[in-house]
Amino acid sequence: MSDLDQFRQETRAWLEENCPQTMRTPMRSEKEATWGGRNPEYAHPDQKLWLDRMAARGWTVPDWPTPYGGGGLTPGETKILREELARIRARNPLHSFGISMLGPALLKYGTEEQKLGHLPKIARGEIRWCQGYSEPNAGSDLAGLQTSAEDAGDHFIVNGQKVWTSYADKADWIFCLVRTDKAVKQGGISFLLFDMASEGVSTRPILLISGNSPFCETFFDNVKVPKANLVGDLNKGWDVAKYLLGHEREMISAMGLGATGSDALIEAARKGADPLLRAQIALFQVRAQAFKAMSERFIDELKAGRAHPAQPSMMKYYGTELNKTRHELLMAAGGSDALEWESDATHGGAPARTWLRTKANSIEGGTSEIQLNIIAKRILDLPS
Amino acid sequence: MPLYLNDDQTLLRDTARDFVAEHAPVSHLRGLRDANDTTGFSRDLWREFADLGFTGILIPEAQGGLGLGHVEAGIVLEEIGRNLSPSPFLTTALAAVEALKGTAHADRWFPGILAGETVAALAIDEGPKHNARITLQATRAGNGYRLTGTKQFVHHGHVADLLLVAAQTDAGTALFAVPADAAGLTANPERLADASIAARLTFEGVEVDADAIVGEGDAALTRLLAAARTGASAELVGVGAATLDMTVGYLKQRKQFGAVIGSFQALQHRAAHLYSELEVARAAVLKAQQLLDAGTEAADAVAVAKAMTGLATTLAVQEGVQMHGGIGMTDEYDLGFYMKRARILTELFGDTNFHADALARAAGY
Ligand SMILES: Cc1cc2nc3c(=O)[nH]c(=O)nc-3n(C[C@H](O)[C@H](O)[C@H](O)COP(=O)(O)OP(=O)(O)OC[C@H]3O[C@@H](n4cnc5c(N)ncnc54)[C@H](O)[C@@H]3O)c2cc1C
Repeated sequence: MSDLDQFRQETRAWLEENCPQTMRTPMRSEKEATWGGRNPEYAHPDQKLWLDRMAARGWTVPDWPTPYGGGGLTPGETKILREELARIRARNPLHSFGISMLGPALLKYGTEEQKLGHLPKIARGEIRWCQGYSEPNAGSDLAGLQTSAEDAGDHFIVNGQKVWTSYADKADWIFCLVRTDKAVKQGGISFLLFDMASEGVSTRPILLISGNSPFCETFFDNVKVPKANLVGDLNKGWDVAKYLLGHEREMISAMGLGATGSDALIEAARKGADPLLRAQIALFQVRAQAFKAMSERFIDELKAGRAHPAQPSMMKYYGTELNKTRHELLMAAGGSDALEWESDATHGGAPARTWLRTKANSIEGGTSEIQLNIIAKRILDLPS
Repeated sequence: MPLYLNDDQTLLRDTARDFVAEHAPVSHLRGLRDANDTTGFSRDLWREFADLGFTGILIPEAQGGLGLGHVEAGIVLEEIGRNLSPSPFLTTALAAVEALKGTAHADRWFPGILAGETVAALAIDEGPKHNARITLQATRAGNGYRLTGTKQFVHHGHVADLLLVAAQTDAGTALFAVPADAAGLTANPERLADASIAARLTFEGVEVDADAIVGEGDAALTRLLAAARTGASAELVGVGAATLDMTVGYLKQRKQFGAVIGSFQALQHRAAHLYSELEVARAAVLKAQQLLDAGTEAADAVAVAKAMTGLATTLAVQEGVQMHGGIGMTDEYDLGFYMKRARILTELFGDTNFHADALARAAGY
């Protein structure tokens, strides 16, 4: 038996023993996601159990090095773990912007001290992060941001406003883009980390069309940030920001896989869809399964260093558009059952709220239009 | 197995790319069409394919072939698609070899295929749409069978040496290997929209021996079709990729309103969308090929590959012609050839709707 076969067997046995049955059912609503943090919220005690067991093995971040809280797995082993988790339909043990966004950026640009200080806490779900990128006048044109960080000797003084900061009111720390030079656009941005409990930080939730309010306006009023919290060089934050965005896009593109959503769609179709809806669902299934192959290829290429640097844009574009279609079809298949907004039968209106939430997939992390611009310019090499 | 080409496969692709582009570019197809050629392809070119070992890609090494798989066959087919090269590769070196491999027929037919002498054709369809229903009758007659019925959309059916015929016996469906010179068999070649030639075949009590059966039940036919569909998908990827290249090239060169039209965002976004569809289709094809090579259950993946390449390449040729403007409509420009070949390959062995329907049935709705 090859090493990988053996790894698969052992992993399967471990998961069989350690993944609680309750964590092998699809999440019924956003509220069942595990985010960790200083003030963790668990809808079910098994969430904590599952997180702790996975974190103890470093399997919340299986391919990170072990000194940083990772599992130290090879790409081949990581792929097997992912497959085995999917096989038993295990829930994600930890939803985390730390894992999917900040972590990779710190691994590449962080000092050893920053890595040791932040990564293990991310891996164990002890600190919950939020992303301070967008501002009222800097959305798609992100580099137009104005929040400033002024040099005050051993620290910076940060002033300004962010917007659309997801879960800012629940986050412990923020990774934040700030302006450290007003004279140059991209070349005057720096990448800062700081505690949301710092004096001068305040947040105000924004209600969404889904009836939920996962994101906030975030205000900084003379916030003191130690210089040791600067990631990368001063005024070189744009490089870090773009690298992180690639990972954010990668994460968001996974929504196109929406395995549980697809199961629900097929289930709904089995109950009897009219012929036209059946045809639409079947054609959707073609794209969804082809995209699943594309995702596998993308991850394999990424791990082997073969992916085009702009490929996350294509994945994000395709995956999010696909996910929106999936939820339009789910609503069409569900009929009036899917429209209830608060009932127990719908777990608090999950179908309708999720459907509305997915509309943001093609906006957050850079809009579909921006992804198409990137593909056109960087992959197809079309002129400006 | 990672879902990308390994180093050996990349090397094969480079060889195939150079060879096909040099020996059978679109001008080769145009030449055959303009000369009103009635064979449908070049026998010399088929022998050159053999010299390079391409015709033996799927033939086991013990029988003189390269002993490679569907991924490798697909690599050659993608280049055939890219250049619209008329060739019996898909029907012969892929589908027929896959069907005959491991049967008593292999010894008889493989040497000719390896030498680039033998051409096989697939007699599967009986109506204008690919359909699982087979009505061509194979009735017991002495030691063998008598075949009666018709087939259509049989590429190379008028010049083939070997026909693989799906028929209905008392016991169910079966696949027959029928020498093309059998008495009672007539072939009426018809030129198709893309200048290729497909025959309508009539079987009037064609007598074959009992050992003409390649396989009984659905399994043999399923294996043949899985190979043929995956191969057609690979060829479609080539057609789509070439169309995208031509279109992007044109967008960078054509000027209107004092700017290259590729600087207009309306066109950039459509090109970027098209690129995305084609990449997704390409991944789906490689997935199906790898599953077939691993001997794993691949029915869904094959259906996805054929349906998805149909969607993506159809979009590629439609957007290609539109973004080229008037020149895309002219016979003199090559783009139209791509549109026509895409339509034929999309229809072959089941179109997008056929395969989406198959997926839906498999999922139980
Ligand atoms: C659910 C959700 C969560 C988010 N979470 C976070 C977060 O945690 N942290 C954070 O910092 N930000 C977050 N964002 C913000 C997100 O990144 C921005 O909304 C996004 O980048 C778009 O910016 P905008 O909303 O200002 O739209 P605009 O940039 O004003 O765009 C408006 C429209 O114009 C189009 N457009 C703009 N420029 C171009 C162009 N050059 N070519 C073609 N079309 C163009 C856009 O595609 C869009 O359709 C989140 C957003 C959402 C919806």
